[in-house]
Amino acid sequence: MDSIDTTRRRSISVLVDNEAGVLSQVSRMFSRKGYNIESLAVGTTADPTVSRITIEVLADDDQIDLLCNQLRKLLAVHSVKLLDASKSIRRELVLIKIKTETSEVCNRVIQIANIFRASVIDVSSTTITLALIGEESKTDAIVDLVREFGILELVRTGMVAIERGTRTIYDQTKERGEFDYGKNVLREGL
Amino acid sequence: MELTGAQILLECLKEQGVDTVFGYPGGTILNVYDALTQEPDIHHILVSHEQGASHAADGYARSTGKVGVCFATSGPGCTNLVTGIATAYMDSSPIVAITCNVSENLLGKDSFQEVDITGITMPITKWNYMVRKVSELADVVREAFLVAKSGRPGPVLIDIAKDVTSAVYDYRYLPPAEHRSHGRLGSLVERRDDGLRVPSVDAADVDTLVEMIEASKKPLLICGGGVVRSRAHEEFNRFANVADAPVAITLMGAGGFRGRDPLTTGMIGMHGSQASNMAVDNCDLLIAFGCRFSDRVALNPKTFAQQAAIVQVDVDRSEINKNVHVTHHIVGDAKRVLEMLLERLPQQDHAEWKDFVFSFPTETEYDEGGDHLTPKQISDVVARMLPQDTIVTTDVGQHQMWVAQHFHYEYPGQLITSGGFGTMGFGLGAAIGAQVGNPGKRVIHVTGDGSFRMNCNELATEEHYGLPIITLIYDNEVLGMVRQWQTLIYGKRYSQTTLDRPPDWVKLAEAYGLSGARVSTSEELEAALTEALACGHGYVIDCVIGKDEMVRPMVSGGQHITNFIAV
Repeated sequence: MDSIDTTRRRSISVLVDNEAGVLSQVSRMFSRKGYNIESLAVGTTADPTVSRITIEVLADDDQIDLLCNQLRKLLAVHSVKLLDASKSIRRELVLIKIKTETSEVCNRVIQIANIFRASVIDVSSTTITLALIGEESKTDAIVDLVREFGILELVRTGMVAIERGTRTIYDQTKERGEFDYGKNVLREGL
Repeated sequence: MELTGAQILLECLKEQGVDTVFGYPGGTILNVYDALTQEPDIHHILVSHEQGASHAADGYARSTGKVGVCFATSGPGCTNLVTGIATAYMDSSPIVAITCNVSENLLGKDSFQEVDITGITMPITKWNYMVRKVSELADVVREAFLVAKSGRPGPVLIDIAKDVTSAVYDYRYLPPAEHRSHGRLGSLVERRDDGLRVPSVDAADVDTLVEMIEASKKPLLICGGGVVRSRAHEEFNRFANVADAPVAITLMGAGGFRGRDPLTTGMIGMHGSQASNMAVDNCDLLIAFGCRFSDRVALNPKTFAQQAAIVQVDVDRSEINKNVHVTHHIVGDAKRVLEMLLERLPQQDHAEWKDFVFSFPTETEYDEGGDHLTPKQISDVVARMLPQDTIVTTDVGQHQMWVAQHFHYEYPGQLITSGGFGTMGFGLGAAIGAQVGNPGKRVIHVTGDGSFRMNCNELATEEHYGLPIITLIYDNEVLGMVRQWQTLIYGKRYSQTTLDRPPDWVKLAEAYGLSGARVSTSEELEAALTEALACGHGYVIDCVIGKDEMVRPMVSGGQHITNFIAV
C-alpha cells in the first residue's frame, strides 16, 4: 500500500552565518539529492552577522524532512524552518521591462499596472519598466497580460517568506536543541 | 610575541597538545616546514604519499581518541588527502588537515599548484576554513580542533594562503580552557548558549525507553560506532547485562562490546551472523546506540526489524529517521545516555529469548583448506600468538569481513577499519598512525593482495621510523569480494578481478628493507609470526588462501536481513 504523493512546492527559511562559502554549502544539499531550487533569496537579518536564506523546492514529506535535517547539521546553520503555507506570508518582487512602441500601448500597460498596484519605475520612449510585489498568483497574472506587448526583460528577487502571528524562526524548540547537541562546541568531545 | 604565521600555526598545535603530525612538504607549505626545524616538540612523520598521511592521522585519532593532524601542500598535495578525509568523515573520525594554498595575490588565477580545496572538501568535512589574514589564523586553528572533536567528531580542513604563513602577527598563548570565550569561537558559543540549547540528554526520553525495555520480552541491542567514539564500552557492557539482552555489533561498533562476551551475537548486516540477523527479524524491541542503519546493516529499511519498536540513540539528530523510521529516539552522547539508563533500569531476565537467539550460530565454520589456509585458521593462529590488546587495522574486502567476524575485540579503537567509505589502501597508513600513537602496543595490518598494492609504498615510512608493524596479506590472487559477487550474482563471469600477476610480496618487503615470509599452513604462519614478533621491525606475511573462499553468511544489498544467499 503506497502512500499518496505529497510532492509540492515547499518554502524553507534558513538562518546562517553571513560568511563566504555558506550559501554554496546550503545549496549543495539540494543538488546532492537532485532537487532543483525553484526560488532562492538571501539577505542579512537585523543582525548583520546572520543571513536568512529562503529556498523553495518541489519535494514530498519524507524528502523535505531529510533535506531540512541535513541542513540543520551544518555548523554555519543556526536554524531551519519549514514554513507552513497556510500560516505564512510569501512575497517576491518582480521587475518587468515592456516594449511600448506607441503611446496607446504605454497607456494600456499603465492601466494594467494600476489595477495590480504595480509601480512604474522607469520609462523611455519605447519601453516601460514595472515593479510588482506579490505571490505567484498575482505576478503570473500580470505577466500573462503584458506578454502580448513584448516582455524585453523580467527579473524576480526570489520568494521571501515569514510566519504570521507571534511565531518566529528564533523560537526555541526541543528539536532545535537536539540538532545543536551533535554540532555544539560548548563541551569537549569524549 | 611577534611570530610568523607558520610559527603561530605550530604554537596553536602545541596549545592543543599535538606532538605528532603526518605530512609531506611542497612549495606553498615551505614556510611551515621551515618553522618545523625550530620546533623540537612536534614530531613530523614524512610519508610516501599524502594519502598515507591522511590515513595515518585517521588511524592515530581512532586508536588514541585524540585529534589526528596531517600537513600537505597545495594542488595535488591536498587533493591526495581527499580520499583520507572522506574516509574519516564517513566514520566520524576527528582529524585536522592543514594545507597551504598559493599566496593571496595568486589565488583565483589558476596559478601553479592552485586548487580550491575548501570547495572540493566541502561535502566531506564537518567544516573547513580558508585563512587569508594572519590575524585570523590562531582563532581558526582553535576553532577547528574544537569542531573536529566535539559533538559528532569529524574531519576539518584548514587551507592557509602562503603569504599568511610568512606574515608576522602578535601571538599570545591561550590555554584550551579559554578558547571558547575568545574570538570567533566565543561568538559561536554565545550563539548556542541560550538556556534551552545547552546540550543535555532529555530525562523524559530516557524514562520512556526504560518503560519500553521493561515491557519488552525480546529486546536486542545494536552496538554501533557511536559507542566506540564516545569510549562508552564499560557503560554499554553493564547496560547489556542489566537489560539481559543479546548484542549485535556493527563493523564500526567492534570493540564497543566485548567480542567474546556470551551476550554477543556477532556482526550484523550483509555479512552478519545468523544469530544477529535472526534476532533482528524476531525481536520486539531494538535499541541502536550510535548506529545509522547504513544499507550494509539494515539492508532493506522497510522490512528491517519489522516486528519491533525501534529506538535510536545518537549524538547526531540528523541520523534519526534518516535510513530507518524509528519509534522513539534519544539525542545524546552514548556514554551519558547509558549512564542515565543504568541509574533507572532494574535487572531484566530474558533467558528464553536468549536461548532462541543463540540457537543460531554466531560465527561461520570453514572447511580445512588443504594446500592453503582458511580465514578461520589465520585468525585462530593470530589470536593465539599475539597479545590480547593488539590493534588491528584493515583494508577493504573479504579480509576485512573475516577480521571483523573472527577476531574478537575488547576495547574501542582496537579494530581500525574503513567502514562507511570502504577505502582500499586505508590499512597501512592507519597502522602507521596507530603504531606511532601507541608505541607500547602491537599493531597488525590485515590486508588483501588487491588492497595492499594500492598504498604499499608506505612500507618505506614503516621502515624509516622503525615501526614494527606486521602486515598480514590474505592472498588469493583475486579481488576476492568483487569476485564473490561475480560468483553469486554475475554467473561466474570474472571480469577484471583476477590478479594473477602479483609482485613477490616477500621480495617487495625486502626491497623496502623489511623482512617477510610466504605461508600456506598454520605451522608456517606460526613460524613466520614468531619471527615477526622477534625481529623488531616491520614484517610482511603473505598468507596463501583459496580464491573461491567466500565471506559467509551473505545477504544481498537491499534484501530482507534473513534472506541469506550463502551461510
